[in-house]
Amino acid sequence: MNLQIALLLGQDGLTNGAIYALLALALVLVFAVTRVIFIPQGEFVAFGALTLASLQAGKLPGTIWLLLALGTLIAAIEGSLAMRRRQFRRIPVILLVNCGVPLLLAGGLAAISAATLPLPVQVLLALLLVVPLGPMIYRLAYQPVAEASVLVLLIVSVAVHVTLIGIGLLFFGAEGSRTPSFTDVSFEIGDTLLQGQTLLVVVASVVLIIVLYLFFERTLYGKALRATAMNRTGARLMGISGTLAGMLSFTLAASIGAFSGILISPITTIYYDSGFLIGLKGFVGAIIGGLASYPVAAAGAILVGLLESYSSFWASAFKEVIVFTLIIPVLLWRSLKARHVEEE
Amino acid sequence: MKRAAQGMHFLLVFMAALVLAPLVLPEFYVTLLNYIGLYAIVALGLVMLTGVGGLTSFGQAAFVGLGAYTSAYLTTVHGVSPWLTLPAGLLVTAAVAVSLGLVTLRLSGHFLPLGTIAWGISLYYLFGNLAALGGHTGITGIPSLQLFDLELKSGREFFYLIWAVLLLIVLATRNLLDSREGRAIRALRGGSLMAEAMGVNTPRAKIVIFTVAALYASVSGWLYAHLQRFVNPTPFSLTQGIEYLFMAVVGGVAHVWGAIVGAGLITILKQWLQDWLPRLVGESGNFEVIVFGLLMIFVLQRARDGVWPIVMRWFPKPVARVIAHDSQPLARRSLPESGSLLLEVKDASKRFGGLVANDRVSFTVRAGEVMALIGPNGAGKSTMFNGISGVDPLSSGAVTFRGKRIESLLARDIARLGMSRTFQHVRLLAGMSVIENVAIGAHLRGRKSFVAAACRADRHEEARLLREAAVQIERCGLAEQMYEATGSLPLGRQRLVEIARALAADPCLLLLDEPAAGLRYLEKQALADLLRRLRAEGIGILLVEHDMDFVMGLADRVVVMEFGRKLAVGLPEEIQRNPAVVEAYLGGVE
Repeated sequence: MNLQIALLLGQDGLTNGAIYALLALALVLVFAVTRVIFIPQGEFVAFGALTLASLQAGKLPGTIWLLLALGTLIAAIEGSLAMRRRQFRRIPVILLVNCGVPLLLAGGLAAISAATLPLPVQVLLALLLVVPLGPMIYRLAYQPVAEASVLVLLIVSVAVHVTLIGIGLLFFGAEGSRTPSFTDVSFEIGDTLLQGQTLLVVVASVVLIIVLYLFFERTLYGKALRATAMNRTGARLMGISGTLAGMLSFTLAASIGAFSGILISPITTIYYDSGFLIGLKGFVGAIIGGLASYPVAAAGAILVGLLESYSSFWASAFKEVIVFTLIIPVLLWRSLKARHVEEE
Repeated sequence: MKRAAQGMHFLLVFMAALVLAPLVLPEFYVTLLNYIGLYAIVALGLVMLTGVGGLTSFGQAAFVGLGAYTSAYLTTVHGVSPWLTLPAGLLVTAAVAVSLGLVTLRLSGHFLPLGTIAWGISLYYLFGNLAALGGHTGITGIPSLQLFDLELKSGREFFYLIWAVLLLIVLATRNLLDSREGRAIRALRGGSLMAEAMGVNTPRAKIVIFTVAALYASVSGWLYAHLQRFVNPTPFSLTQGIEYLFMAVVGGVAHVWGAIVGAGLITILKQWLQDWLPRLVGESGNFEVIVFGLLMIFVLQRARDGVWPIVMRWFPKPVARVIAHDSQPLARRSLPESGSLLLEVKDASKRFGGLVANDRVSFTVRAGEVMALIGPNGAGKSTMFNGISGVDPLSSGAVTFRGKRIESLLARDIARLGMSRTFQHVRLLAGMSVIENVAIGAHLRGRKSFVAAACRADRHEEARLLREAAVQIERCGLAEQMYEATGSLPLGRQRLVEIARALAADPCLLLLDEPAAGLRYLEKQALADLLRRLRAEGIGILLVEHDMDFVMGLADRVVVMEFGRKLAVGLPEEIQRNPAVVEAYLGGVE
């Protein structure tokens, strides 16, 4: 390996690492607020990328059907709850939010040809189609068992993951997609070529992390989430609804997931099940941070990206083996740090 | 007896059906039943791990793979007999499971399943990329099994082997759960804190059940390899690992028969869905996962105990076991001489961040005396209990118990020295009977281990342990509730169960945290009588209690705490006259 290849691999690793870092942050956030280990995070990556690809190909993305189905289901549940509590005035709002908005989106998509729209509008549309799935899934799958043990929530997560994988195959088929590059710009630094797309991913990730930081430090909702993460009961006593906190953290996780998918879809071909491995690499980063520390999780994720990139050069067949076996020494190190038997 | 006989009848009918099945069923159904048997063996391990022990694993398929690949490789490349590759596979699996357990089981419960996901993926790619294991095409030409002169070539012949192994494992698992170690495993779900205080080595118990579950999977893999006669990585992927967990949860994750029901349901459903869904959708693919995922979410939301308990509602409940009172009593500890120094706490401090919960507190407890620890709420009494018993170690200070420094020992080692305790917030296993809960207290007085329990070589000791539990229950006035589910008792009685459990450990120092709270007047008197009798036997008692009549009528000496500091120590009469104590309790006069 010469310096040039080393730099190139480093560039690759950093790009993927930036994506893993975003996902790791979302995982830590969701776990801290809801105690859910969010295995389906990766499916949002795949759905984001594949929805954008469908839009660009002029097809109606399958995600709209999922949005309609989940919306109808929630409207039915919330509607019957409102009926039973005799809160009839809430019913139009419930219908409008859960069925009206998805219908409007579906109508809009059918009316215009999305393929001709400018790229930023396409990206926005893809996000609009995928992000609401986050809070919807929280409402349907997690909220009824929100007080259950971490273990039960984890098994629910795996069930949601499996379901979404099947749905992904149904909607997007077994073929992968790759969206055209956002930018063709490239820079020459010394002997190495720095791709504009790579730079875009890293810059976008950094910007997103800064936005998240500001959200948590400066806004009321951000502070409410932090309060819930620190002490669920205390936060509830202060009037922060656990359901709201859950929905909000799932919205953030879904946005981060979908956005990450859109960022990497010009770099790698994404299949309906690619998200899982990508999400899990974020997990390895999150676990390095003990599912608790944001900066360590981000640093860990970048390490995973670099490790993956360099091991693909030396032992490409064993790339996944190396990345996922990394978790063993990490867990060992955390285990040695833990002094006493931990109580659930 | 009639009910027990009925249960026996069902079992006999089930066995007869199993014997007949391969003789009458068409090939297709025999194959299906073979797979159900193989999957049920794996699911059974998950029942023990998840339903009983409160841990979980998504990586069981990888352990199946270890068993299958070890046998495939050794038989085809080195010509080893399949009967030798079975123990070899078990050895490899055990080594991997123990090391994986060691690195994750000291951490919170969710790190193990996350570890198994990563490990499941990693091993799948390893199987697929190692040239020696045939890469993605796998290994073919694995020899069939030879039993004496009989070659198990067809699925029909193999059927008997699979189901015999399965029933054997069911039996061993049931035996294991109904034993001393089985109770320790079941105690894991109630939080390791209580189990540790009763002397259970919880990390060891966790590693053992994780390893046993892995070994079950490995056996299933070995059978699979010699039934199929070829292996490739696909059936050992993470997806299959997740499916095993679904089987256990859908069937009933806390019941051994649930594993068989779950394996049957999921396997048949999968077969059926794989036939129909692609026709419905119009393209081929594993669409059954959508149904499985939704089914799983539904089960977890609406019927978390799975199908088996719902089925069992239609059948009579099994009769409670009767305790043999004539079995030999357990050996007792020699108690220190009455009046000798038992416990010395010196300058004990406990800090939680900036909060000082205990500030240089010192006191002593002698054998054959009741020492009461009193003080207003938040004075740090329970913190002191946790510090002494090793449940939550002190920040600084020295604790000497029977002449031995114990402040840096683990809770289970302190319990072994003869200290036993109750908890202010009762820590009992609500679903288990009173006698089983109390028997956990006697954990350290037995020594028969997992293997002995699985093959029922522990019955003599088990009878002695249960007899001891029954004696302590009667002593605490709970004889009538002995076989009831502990969770159905009122709180006051649950506290008595805690005391009976502590007594079952044969302690020389008893730490009681608010034992009289929630008891009625007569029950309190009975408790006071019991404590007096224990004192007369030479047991030392350290008591936290808010009921002043109870305390003053019983205690030999009293130590008063306020804001984490020791306020006063002395005889009950002195304490009642002490102006500082009166001020702490009633407020000063300005």
